[in-house]
Amino acid sequence: MTWRRALVIAIPMLWLGIFFLAPFFVLGRISLAEAIIARPPYTPLFGRAPDGSLEIFASLENFRFLLEDALYRNAYLSSIRVALISTIFALLIGYPIAYYIARAPEPKRSILLLMVILPFWTSFLLRVYAWMGFLRTNGVINNTLMSLGIIDAPLRLMHTDLAVYIGIVYTYLPFMILPLYANLTKLDAALLEAASDLGASPVVTFLTVTLPLSLPGIVAGSMLVFIPAIGEYVIPALLGGPDTLMIGRVLWDEFFSSRDWPVASAVAIVMLFLVVAPIMWLQSVQNRREEH
Amino acid sequence: MRGWFLPMAVALGFIFLYAPIISLVVFSFNDSRLVTVWGGFSTRWYGELLRDRQILGSAWISLQVAFWSANLAVIVGTLGAFVLTRFGGFTGRLLLTGMITAPLVMPEVITGLSLLLLFVSMELTLGWPAGRGLTTIIIAHTTFCAAFVAVIAQSRLRQMDESLEEAARDLGAGPVRVFFDITLPVIAPALVAGWLLAFTLSLDDLVIASFVSGPGASTLPMVIFSKVRLGVSPDVNALATIIIGFVLVAVIIAGWMMRRAARKSA
Repeated sequence: MTWRRALVIAIPMLWLGIFFLAPFFVLGRISLAEAIIARPPYTPLFGRAPDGSLEIFASLENFRFLLEDALYRNAYLSSIRVALISTIFALLIGYPIAYYIARAPEPKRSILLLMVILPFWTSFLLRVYAWMGFLRTNGVINNTLMSLGIIDAPLRLMHTDLAVYIGIVYTYLPFMILPLYANLTKLDAALLEAASDLGASPVVTFLTVTLPLSLPGIVAGSMLVFIPAIGEYVIPALLGGPDTLMIGRVLWDEFFSSRDWPVASAVAIVMLFLVVAPIMWLQSVQNRREEH
Repeated sequence: MRGWFLPMAVALGFIFLYAPIISLVVFSFNDSRLVTVWGGFSTRWYGELLRDRQILGSAWISLQVAFWSANLAVIVGTLGAFVLTRFGGFTGRLLLTGMITAPLVMPEVITGLSLLLLFVSMELTLGWPAGRGLTTIIIAHTTFCAAFVAVIAQSRLRQMDESLEEAARDLGAGPVRVFFDITLPVIAPALVAGWLLAFTLSLDDLVIASFVSGPGASTLPMVIFSKVRLGVSPDVNALATIIIGFVLVAVIIAGWMMRRAARKSA
């Protein structure tokens, strides 16, 4: 190995080693500490006992606290539930759009595809903000429905779980549509023809040919929605109610409001094992399957 | 999926995608402070926005952060992708693969918190970085954006015809020259795409920046978030309209340039 080769390997290796991998060790270490009012606001790992010998402070107290307090367990479960429901909605809305675009002739296809991607390039925060104006008590939806005489009193739409689902589906819909589209364009039209020649109705053709063949696209798109949704902070913070528990929001509040760095670290560590590790394992399984 | 069902579902889908954006733009020209009640046409919120020093200052910080993060992310991400596609086996290959793909699935709150804790510990033990601000945000953004650049660069490097590089080597070019004269020009479009994606991701990030920034270095999303948290405010609508305008113009120019390039090569 020449020194030049070693240097080229070293640059990305060192950068990611220091700024991506090392932080997790710091995170693990602080999750074992105790919160104190000082700078920094946690107990040091090493200390001097009164007799001068070296002492190590490390306790699993924070993890026991997470286990015992129902708040955290509920937050984990409710994050999974919210992410799952949003992913299903995104699939139901995204699939017809992806299917339609994949069947459309050029240049209509390119234009529609561009229209799906376009909102992604504008600010994420402002797209969530747009829904605040829509869902408020005197927002666009309530005003329209009331002036049409459909409802008498404004509906409570903001600060609900429904608003969170809408926000997540809206934000991540392009991530669902694009892999589905990529998959559906590869679908051989001859298969559909064959199915209809053999007497299958459009619905049967769809259920027995198109849908099973597009399964890899469905899995890829669902992962791209589910993964960011589960750790989401901004959407539940702006659109959700005080009772919309999500683990990203709990971690944020633990850090910024309670200023309890050790508990926030413990929440993050548990999240790494319960959320990130299974997702990475699932992805590596999927990649290996694609290679074969 | 034939007949009326499909077009209708698609039309509703696009209404869902665009109605909030259109209403955002319309109400930015609303004279009333009540964002969703029409009080006549006015551009007063644009004037107010341009006089808002906090928003302008944070926009400048965000642009600086995005520019430097995108530059650094392209360097780190491209080198990482190059090493993984061209260097064959080496010690730590698996580790690098993991470190370059993991940021893609890492929840932002974890990335933000763990980097902040790293910066705090480094300051305590090494004295660097002294305090937090622009530098720490740039480092944090570079790290997560590099993963996205690496994905794009890796797929381009895999598609690329390696016989071009072999030919250059056979003709006596050293590895550095092969990289700069052959590989880099061929993958350049992918790197431009990666740079733009990194720039956008950095400009858009609220969560990671909130963790790793310090006093005096608020990015634009941080300022918008603190405003929006208190409720809707019409100058945010004006800001959104300006950003949407920029994006539209950029997309139209990019589309026009791609069409011209396609015509030239045809």
